[in-house]
Amino acid sequence: MDLKEKLISSFLAFENNVDLDHPVHEVRSEAIKNFENKGFPSKKEEAWKYTSLNSLQKVDFSIFPKEESTLEYKDVKKYFLHEIDTYKIVFVDGVYSSYLSETTHDGVDVCLMSSAFSKPMFRQVIEVYFNKVASKDESLTTLNTAFSKEGAYIYIPKNKMPKKPIQILHLATGNEAALMLQPRNLIVAEDNAEVQIIERHQSLTDNEVFTNSVTEIFAGKDAIVDYYKVQNDAPTASLVDNTYISQKDSSVVRVHTFSFGGKLIRNNLNFYQNGERIDSTLKGVTILGDKQHVDHHTLVHHRQPNCESHQDYKGIFGDSSTGVFNGKIIVDKIAQKTDAFQQNNNILLSDRATINSKPQLEIFADDVKCSHGCTIGQLDEDALFYLRSRGIPKKEATALLMYAFANNVLESVRIPELKSRINKIIANKLGVRVGFDL
Amino acid sequence: MLEIKNLHASVEDKEILKGIDLKVNAGEVHAIMGPNGSGKSTLASVIAGKEDFEVEEGSIVLEGEDLDELAPEERAHKGIFLSFQYPVEIPGVSVTNFIKTAINESRKARGLEEMPANEMLKKIREKSELLEIDRKFLSRSLNEGFSGGEKKRNEIFQMAMMEPKLAILDETDSGLDIDALRIVANGVNKLRNKDNAIIVITHYQRLLDYIVPDFVHVLYNGKIVKSGTKELALELEEKGYDWIKQEATV
Ligand SMILES: Nc1ncnc2c1ncn2[C@@H]1O[C@H](COP(=O)(O)OP(=O)(O)OP(=O)(O)O)[C@@H](O)[C@H]1O
Ligand SMILES: [Mg+2]
Repeated sequence: MDLKEKLISSFLAFENNVDLDHPVHEVRSEAIKNFENKGFPSKKEEAWKYTSLNSLQKVDFSIFPKEESTLEYKDVKKYFLHEIDTYKIVFVDGVYSSYLSETTHDGVDVCLMSSAFSKPMFRQVIEVYFNKVASKDESLTTLNTAFSKEGAYIYIPKNKMPKKPIQILHLATGNEAALMLQPRNLIVAEDNAEVQIIERHQSLTDNEVFTNSVTEIFAGKDAIVDYYKVQNDAPTASLVDNTYISQKDSSVVRVHTFSFGGKLIRNNLNFYQNGERIDSTLKGVTILGDKQHVDHHTLVHHRQPNCESHQDYKGIFGDSSTGVFNGKIIVDKIAQKTDAFQQNNNILLSDRATINSKPQLEIFADDVKCSHGCTIGQLDEDALFYLRSRGIPKKEATALLMYAFANNVLESVRIPELKSRINKIIANKLGVRVGFDL
Repeated sequence: MLEIKNLHASVEDKEILKGIDLKVNAGEVHAIMGPNGSGKSTLASVIAGKEDFEVEEGSIVLEGEDLDELAPEERAHKGIFLSFQYPVEIPGVSVTNFIKTAINESRKARGLEEMPANEMLKKIREKSELLEIDRKFLSRSLNEGFSGGEKKRNEIFQMAMMEPKLAILDETDSGLDIDALRIVANGVNKLRNKDNAIIVITHYQRLLDYIVPDFVHVLYNGKIVKSGTKELALELEEKGYDWIKQEATV
């Protein structure tokens, strides 16, 4: 049985465990029909030209973990940003771990999708927001919608801000030979609310994991949302991250994506500007080696006048790694005075590494500022010699140049401890001690 | 201190240095002059260990040790410093962090502890005052958007921080205004002592008025074709290179 068939038949079993009378279930039923029609995306589709899910479909993934797993905090502490106090929503093999988590209902709701689906007090928010910005058409998104049951639920009412940042951590124990996870997150920041979120997926063994995640983010008027995705997973973990963001007037949403590890990562990051004077920021640092593959597909849809978007993605590719950057910007006819910026810079460290970078601009308004640029180059040999001639060893000099290259992106990280953590991950990845701080 | 014997070096099969002999003792200043394209910067790069150049023949020995197998950083750890003719711009790395990293990596290589932060700050303050460098300047990205003169002054600031045994100054005077030339030359002179040596590559007597050389060499077509004392530089200033070129081809 291939994965598609297995998923479709699993849906029946899934239905035994959810409330079929809940309005959300109709949404799920519609979604599974769409997935059944479409199936997994194939390389024939333009958007999936460079990323193949074929080999994943041959793996016999467990769709639901058979048993509940427990983990000791000390064994997974390093995957948390433990230097600062945070709320934590932690899942182990897709199942909520109350033991590792710290949720709250104190003025804001930081809890679980399963509670949001089942408790009447959340029903209104679910009705207004759930599946309202996620695609009803894209096959993997609808697959996730069909199985939507668990994930992070974050609701920040008007003028509120949680006391501390929120971490969402998905851990996979390897208790299953191969496990498929489909977390579903909903994040709502009402007018003038503010929130900072860090999300990480971490597999703890060499067993195969395939995560198909969907996150919906709604930013009300003047709301500020910072979302950091840390993708530094095991070499047997694959991730398709579908994130959909809807913004209202004068809101600011910044998404930083740090892609350092994993077997295959596909990020579909979609911004929809549904108001004026909006600021959307999409930044990424990708550092890959081995045969790793990361595909960033971004979309910024400018639907109203006087908005801005800033995209800045840096990629460093070693060994036989492959990268894709596809940045689509749509500017509707009424979206005059749009200021859309897109930059994608890449360094290839080996002649076996490849990057496919493509801007895709669809501009229907006439009074707009749109700039985009893409570079692909090698490490600057003259700069390397300059540093080495001052006594900085080759490895450290290379690392320093890479930090410098990625610095634009790191600079806008607003949690200093996260920034130094990212620096450490980069240093580890490059095999150097962090002796410098930019 | 430094002894270069019959040095031949090429890049992409093109021979650029064609048999150079040069001996520099501790405490000495040597000036190297010569027409454009004669190989002065190449010689400097080869001494510093740039891997683009292939050493085909000959040797470079520093304090009895052959440098042939040493990487650029290892040569730096042994006390070689090159002030670049064209310093490279490195966006995203501040001057201060760069110099701290350079000093601590060199100390580490010599088996020393990292320099304590307060000592480092003190040294940075002292040396930036010596070269009359504004402190704000030090937090900027290395060489990025620096004027020609600022880049050169920053090179000598790094030299002052690193305290090399052998400093090679490749056209440090070009791009400096008259006051800056005096400040930079004065800075270099302050660093001179009986244990270190300096090779100054220049086109002009001007710099040599301040940094007075013990010996002057003329490099032409990949060879040192004439050596003399400081008077040779004056003669070149007056007569140009034609007579040397003629002598060399005879
Ligand atoms: N990487 C290289 N590839 C090819 N040719 C090179 C390379 N580097 C230097 N050369 C050539 O070697 C010769 C010597 O160059 P070099 O820079 O050493 O001259 P120079 O004496 O420093 O000149 P100037 O006074 O103009 O600084 C020149 O003809 C130059 O074009
Ligand atoms: Mg030169």
